[in-house]
Amino acid sequence: MVKETFNAKETFEAGYEMGQKALPGQIYCLNGDLGVGKTVFTQGFAKGLGIEEPVNSPTFTIIQEYHEGRLPLYHFDVYRIGDVEEMDELGYEEYFYSDGVCLIEWSTLIQEIIPDDAIEIVIEKDLEKGFDYRKITIGQEAV
Amino acid sequence: MDREDVLILAIESSCDETAAAVVKNGREVLSNVINTQIAIHTEYGGVVPEIASRKHIENINPVIKKALSDAGVTLDDIDAIGVTYGPGLVGALLVGVAEAKAIAFAKNKPLVGVHHIEGHISANYVENKELEPPFVALVVSGGHTHLVKVNDYGEYEIIGRTRDDAAGEAFDKVARAIGLGYPGGPKIDKLAKEGNPDAIEFPRAHVDDAPYDFSFSGIKSAVLNYINSANMQGKEINRADVAASFQKAVVDALVSRAVRLAKECGMDKLAIAGGVASNSALRAAVQEECAKNNIRFYSPSPVLCTDNAAMIGAAAYYEYIKGVRHGYDLNAVPNLKLGERI
Repeated sequence: MVKETFNAKETFEAGYEMGQKALPGQIYCLNGDLGVGKTVFTQGFAKGLGIEEPVNSPTFTIIQEYHEGRLPLYHFDVYRIGDVEEMDELGYEEYFYSDGVCLIEWSTLIQEIIPDDAIEIVIEKDLEKGFDYRKITIGQEAV
Repeated sequence: MDREDVLILAIESSCDETAAAVVKNGREVLSNVINTQIAIHTEYGGVVPEIASRKHIENINPVIKKALSDAGVTLDDIDAIGVTYGPGLVGALLVGVAEAKAIAFAKNKPLVGVHHIEGHISANYVENKELEPPFVALVVSGGHTHLVKVNDYGEYEIIGRTRDDAAGEAFDKVARAIGLGYPGGPKIDKLAKEGNPDAIEFPRAHVDDAPYDFSFSGIKSAVLNYINSANMQGKEINRADVAASFQKAVVDALVSRAVRLAKECGMDKLAIAGGVASNSALRAAVQEECAKNNIRFYSPSPVLCTDNAAMIGAAAYYEYIKGVRHGYDLNAVPNLKLGERI
């Protein structure tokens, strides 16, 4: 499935819709270049789960947990992970195989531990169509 | 040593660094050890292998031993164990918390859990003996951006926070975009000195209905758009100008809110804390604005700005003398809120 958005608000809405439909135990992999809107998408996604508190980028903290929504949200940003072994140190299995929802930014960096049934989301720019245009590809087509 | 002196052994392992310190009476640092220093100075005798960060289990015992020996004390001299129990990475926090509980249990010492950000704020007590609450604190690091009213020891009120990227993270991301590499903060700080901060007008984002909240994602996007647009037109960008102008936008956003809050609530003291508090432009700007407004400005030296355990010892001391004690059921709380007590 491909969605096109033309501003940050629409990217937020796309995330919101997915958050509303998210199910326990699902893992969402979110990839795209710096500044493409991964955090905005995630903020929408969190809101769709019923999380009202601000969702920050977890680049430094790697994992942020949110428990106030319909389901727990585990928001990962694995950009700073140097070696996939570091994920063990972080206890990632507790999150991946829980009843919450995982959303992992930069998941391609830890591809070998991503379960096969994870849902792929790729956000891309196309500067020819304007600075704020985004193409969001979800599911098989994103692999 | 005076009999009334209180010695805290403090442990910090919330994110990348494993750290331990011995702090006397909340204000005097007898030792302050961070894992990276251990690697260089002792364990490998001159060879300097890169010790992976977040290897807390491997690092924690040598770090604590060195903190005790640097301070010239043993565990028997320690009055209480202070430890960061949130916020942070649960796997990282658990190592420090389990270690602190084990020592407290084995040596029958009181245990005091500390909030990581309260630690950062308390770093200001170490080098500014006269600083007492109430004051305004601006905490800026890779993972956090908070504007806080410190009403009393251990009493914090969050007035503003970031809605997206932390300030330090924005530095890292922009550094990446202009090809400076990691860590981005110090590199941008350095390059910015050669650039013109008024060369490019990047937006100072405001958050509707939340005048003290921050948003740095917008500034980051503006920088990326500026670079993209230059690339499309085949123009070279002046990296120093980009760095200086970006830095000015971030610093303006931070300083204007912090000083406005101090004035609005009639506080005449403002302290900065966290890794980004080492940024020279931020320090200079806060100092200047404080001077203009008759506000006293406080900041820790760089070693106390980054994650460290001395700051945890300072915070733990004030909790300790208030009678705060945690049980052996103390757990890591990865999303612990500032001012919250569990």
